[in-house]
Amino acid sequence: MTIRGPGYPGPRPALKAEPMTPDLECRGLTKRFGDVVAVENVNFGVPPGSFFSILGPSGCGKTTIMRMIAGFLEPTAGEILIKGRSVVGVPPNKRPVNMVFQHLALFPMMNVAENIGYGLRRQGVAKSEISRRVGKVLERIHLPGVGGRKISELSGGQRQRIAIARCMVLEPDVLLLDEPLGALDLKLRESMKIELKALQAEFDTTFVYITHDQGEALVMSDAVAVMNDGRFEQVGSARDLYYRPATAFVAGFVGEANRWKGKIVEAKGEALRVTTDHGLDLSASGSGLKQGDHVEIFVRPETIRIAHDAEGVARDANNMSVEVSSLLFNGANSRILVRDTKSGEEIDVALPQSKEFLSLEKGAEIHIGWGHDQALAFADAGR
Amino acid sequence: MTANRIGFYLLLAPLVLWLGLLIILPHIDMALVSFRARVGPRQYEASLNNYAVFATEPLYLFTFLRTAVMSLLATIITLLIAFPVSYYIAKVAKGRRQAVLFLLCLIPFWVSELVRTFGWIILLRETGVISGLLQSLGLADQPVEMLYNDAAMMLGLVYTSMLFMVVPLTTTLESLDDAVIEAGYDLGGSATSVLREIVIPHAMPGIVSGCIVVFMLSLGNYLTPTMLGGKDSLWFTQLIYSQFIVRFNWELGAAFGFCLLFASSFIVWAMLRLTGQTLERTMGEGA
Repeated sequence: MTIRGPGYPGPRPALKAEPMTPDLECRGLTKRFGDVVAVENVNFGVPPGSFFSILGPSGCGKTTIMRMIAGFLEPTAGEILIKGRSVVGVPPNKRPVNMVFQHLALFPMMNVAENIGYGLRRQGVAKSEISRRVGKVLERIHLPGVGGRKISELSGGQRQRIAIARCMVLEPDVLLLDEPLGALDLKLRESMKIELKALQAEFDTTFVYITHDQGEALVMSDAVAVMNDGRFEQVGSARDLYYRPATAFVAGFVGEANRWKGKIVEAKGEALRVTTDHGLDLSASGSGLKQGDHVEIFVRPETIRIAHDAEGVARDANNMSVEVSSLLFNGANSRILVRDTKSGEEIDVALPQSKEFLSLEKGAEIHIGWGHDQALAFADAGR
Repeated sequence: MTANRIGFYLLLAPLVLWLGLLIILPHIDMALVSFRARVGPRQYEASLNNYAVFATEPLYLFTFLRTAVMSLLATIITLLIAFPVSYYIAKVAKGRRQAVLFLLCLIPFWVSELVRTFGWIILLRETGVISGLLQSLGLADQPVEMLYNDAAMMLGLVYTSMLFMVVPLTTTLESLDDAVIEAGYDLGGSATSVLREIVIPHAMPGIVSGCIVVFMLSLGNYLTPTMLGGKDSLWFTQLIYSQFIVRFNWELGAAFGFCLLFASSFIVWAMLRLTGQTLERTMGEGA
């Protein structure tokens, strides 16, 4: 067997027994601005060729992480490794990562080809080679022949693709994307989501995407990290985050949920009996909780079953008769708000797309129910 | 509709009056004066004699060229000093600091130009502050005269023009998105290449509009060359002044005035052509 040097561009050793080196790895990454901790002890690894998202509300520190990876900020503590090599202290123009900025930051003083060729010119690539590679990358993003156009002549979606091409032409180890869809309108954003995922597969490069829009993160990513207040709350697949949230924050942030505060009256392992502050009695599930604990309960509107009579929901652990207090029609995402007749608690319920409930009206009496494992309980951090 | 129209003309009136009475009429009169020659008491005839005098007298031509070249030099020096200052104010300083720094550039202009120039005289003269300081430090064994030469005059011109370069530069540099500069670095650019390929092309309208204003101000400056310049530092405006006031030769003075106007127009046009800018763009974005 020959010994290969570190620069050997051979096929990826995908079938090796030990896990391969992540393209990007952060260990104990911390950033403080004076007394303010923006990022606190964040650890993650991104395997080669995957789409990794950091999802969090604005101000949670996700942009700070991205700027540290790109090299615009130095971490207070911790390591950033790209393909196993530490890049801490390496200036941004020497790092094998490139970034697609929030407002794209295309160079308005240059045309499309000059924008894409900028990085290659900096590397001292020959002119003929630059125009060949620019032409090739324009074909890969399905915009052949726009090289001579000005940036201002392009549509929002085209600019998006040019911004990605400008980075991808440099063949970075990791591409960072800082909410690049934020400035687009809704329809374009939906189609760009699919296109971004396709581009990622096309270039087979590791993408690290930050966003506050869960739709973007869940649809595109192989793995999503949910971030809050400088910390990672949970890292997992979109499905994990949605069905098995690890913390109250994740349960509330990913997807929609009815959220009640309450107290555990009985705990048998993971099965709990809870009374909410408004006096609604519920069966719920949650781990590591005991009787008397204050908890927050999350129930997703789409997991709640509706029936015209009590029989329809009799087998659910939680069932009640409610009165419709308002109808919120929004096509496939239609909702009804119902009020529990006993406790007066308001509950948000997704309206099924069957014709059965089409004629539902305000004030109508219906029955709703859900299983105990659909009501997730987490210790209430606020009390 | 008619009320609208009356309003429009009323609003237009001050501009038309200003342009007509203060700029166009005097210039027409000046042009007429410059094209006549006095043949006797209160007797004039049309003539190109005044322009011929300008073209054939070496002192006039030399002073004319000197003024243009020195003004260009003053413009370039002002740009070189003002660019880093503006970049710092627009891109490095943040919030309150930014406002304070900008104000610091403005404060000297609260004092009249005359007083400001006297300030330089106090600093630079033989018995002045700098001369005294050099002597007390033992770096000079006798009073040093730093006034009345081209360097002192250049100092005065640059100082007077500074603000008019800093304002348009700061404005255009502020309009450059920080992310664009960061993208320049992110894609492998060094500080010099980012400056050359991104910052300067973006700031070009501001650079050109600042240069035009500073050049015009220097070319038409009378006070600074008179007060700080030496016997050899003759400025073209001084020639115009002496023709009008000292020699009472309005005809030649008017011709000189027009030569200066043509020269400045030509140089501004050349500057715009060289940098590929249009007057519309530079004035629109710069101011």
